[in-house]
Amino acid sequence: MTPLISLTDVSRRFTKPLDAAEKVANLFGAGLKEQVVRAIDAVSFDVAEGEVVGLVGESGCGKSTLGRVVAGILDPSAGQVTFQGRDVAGLNARERRAADLAIQMVFQDHMAALNPRKRVVEIIGEAPVVHGLVPASGMEAYVAEVMRTVGLDPATRQRYPHQFSGGQRARIGIARALAVKPKVLVCDESTAALDVSIQAQVLNLFMDLRRELGLTYIFVSHDLGVVEHISDRVAVMYLGRIVELSPTEALFEAPNHPYTQALLDEVPKLDARKRKFSALKGEIPSPLNPPSGCHFHPRCPHAFDRCKVDRPALKAIGPGRFSACHLNDEDDPRPGKAVSDGAVLAA
Amino acid sequence: MTAAILSVRDLTVTFGTREGPLTAVDGVSFNVHRGEVLGLVGESGSGKSVTGLAILGLIDAPGQIAGGSIRLEGEELVGKPEGELRRLRGKRLAMIFQDPMTTLNPVLRIDTQMIEAVRAHDKVSEKAARARARQALVQVGIPSPDERLTAYPHQFSGGMRQRVAIATALLHRPAVLIADEPTTALDVTIQAQILAEVQNLCTETGTAMVWVTHDLSVIAGLADRIAVMYAGRVVETGTVADTLERPIHPYTAGLIASVPSRNKRGVPLAQIPGMTPSLGRLPPGCPFHPRCPRATAVCKSVIPAATPYEASRSARCHHPLLGPETVAA
Repeated sequence: MTPLISLTDVSRRFTKPLDAAEKVANLFGAGLKEQVVRAIDAVSFDVAEGEVVGLVGESGCGKSTLGRVVAGILDPSAGQVTFQGRDVAGLNARERRAADLAIQMVFQDHMAALNPRKRVVEIIGEAPVVHGLVPASGMEAYVAEVMRTVGLDPATRQRYPHQFSGGQRARIGIARALAVKPKVLVCDESTAALDVSIQAQVLNLFMDLRRELGLTYIFVSHDLGVVEHISDRVAVMYLGRIVELSPTEALFEAPNHPYTQALLDEVPKLDARKRKFSALKGEIPSPLNPPSGCHFHPRCPHAFDRCKVDRPALKAIGPGRFSACHLNDEDDPRPGKAVSDGAVLAA
Repeated sequence: MTAAILSVRDLTVTFGTREGPLTAVDGVSFNVHRGEVLGLVGESGSGKSVTGLAILGLIDAPGQIAGGSIRLEGEELVGKPEGELRRLRGKRLAMIFQDPMTTLNPVLRIDTQMIEAVRAHDKVSEKAARARARQALVQVGIPSPDERLTAYPHQFSGGMRQRVAIATALLHRPAVLIADEPTTALDVTIQAQILAEVQNLCTETGTAMVWVTHDLSVIAGLADRIAVMYAGRVVETGTVADTLERPIHPYTAGLIASVPSRNKRGVPLAQIPGMTPSLGRLPPGCPFHPRCPRATAVCKSVIPAATPYEASRSARCHHPLLGPETVAA
């Protein structure tokens, strides 16, 4: 079965061009170079129809950029994105628009994502009318239907975004995305700004919508608890690369990559009392100047010489499990983390 | 039991608005002992941050402390003149905020700011003050402190900035540190580093801490006692273990149940219906009753009083989740 979305060696670079003063300085031999950030660095993964894939990582790891590339908001600098088996870059304008409509985004800051000067009925109804999904005369009825789907009272459709609470604004953002009948929702930290009791309501809504509308989700979040709850598979990112990709249960039970292990150890848990916080040393390095080889080696307790030179490939380490770590090729020094023999295959 | 370092009794803070005064903090009481960490938990608008600010005397007009008492080592802070409060702030009382970029002055070097903080309270030479600032940076785990002292705040990462803010707050080894969501904006690995350092420092110096947060999981690992706030009132207090394992108030139970990691994957999360009420339109009786699964007629008319339970617990609820046998005599 062809995956719904497939990414092959997708990279996204952001370049800061030299300004006039720097160009002049270069004439005098200053040797300044353009600064390049590799926000995503040759990432490959597939998303099956109806699946929820969680993207986790710390700030600056490229998870939001990856979400935006999947949603078609950013074009990749290199590599191929396919949607329903077809290369998105090769689509003509009409097909491209259909693909863009089929993948919608729900953002973190719902106050910033909604136009404060428009009424909710316009915010939700504008896109489906423009794209010819509903006639202008049927807009009000259609908006009312979408609002009911996300648990909003259609009687409030003439109000402005600021007249709603944070949780309701999240629902408006979701309703706007759903109004164009997408197949995929890319949720970028969509519940991060909400209180826990409201977050629970919105997460339940996502799960109900998935069941009712058969949606596929890419769920970008730094909150491992949220991702564990909602995702079927989880991709862990570090400095622009996926370091581990695995079914959710397996990942949380037996994380393979040292970074995933460290990340899971740091998550505060409700049932851990007065624990001793023992921290992973150091901070995430600047993506302007990432470490050589495996990006994680300066912070990794198991790093050895090869980690400083070779970039580890994302290799299969078990059914549906992939990890990018040289330790999986060696006699594993990590206690209890040995991978069964024969499981190491070329990715 | 020894006397509490910080004792808050019936603290009430109101804000004047066009529609009349709003009570943001309503009769809040708690004690914090030496070396103890109190977790003050609540959702947005529950009054947890205002409580923290009131302790430092940082409530500005249109807000005011309308009643109650705040005692620091027996000394009453409510009604103290601003000049005396200034001498306490940064010395015996300190605060760290959520966003360190707003705590630090962006146009001054770190050394300037830290030396100023040292010399604001102690008559020492600039050289001695610098040595103390350097030592404080070392304590919070900042590498190459000599170079970092001469840097500006924007040259630090978010986690490092928060460390500088913490180092500055702890310069005078305060008796009480109020921490208002200081790790909320940070990544989990950085949060864990900061929590580890704060934990060590408070153990070493015996500083009592009030940790204000919405994140129950952080409190679970860090605090000794917990106070849960809802609509300006403390609805439940007790030790962290008692409160999280056997909550008394339905709101506490609802909060615990809605944390994703407590729930089975794929199963709908337990949720508290409705939303936090606006302070201007609080329902009569127990403010939680419209969202509460146990509410009855009495909840709609009578505000529940704080009732003691077991050894050191208390809750405001007409229909507590623990039976009457646990009510302390």
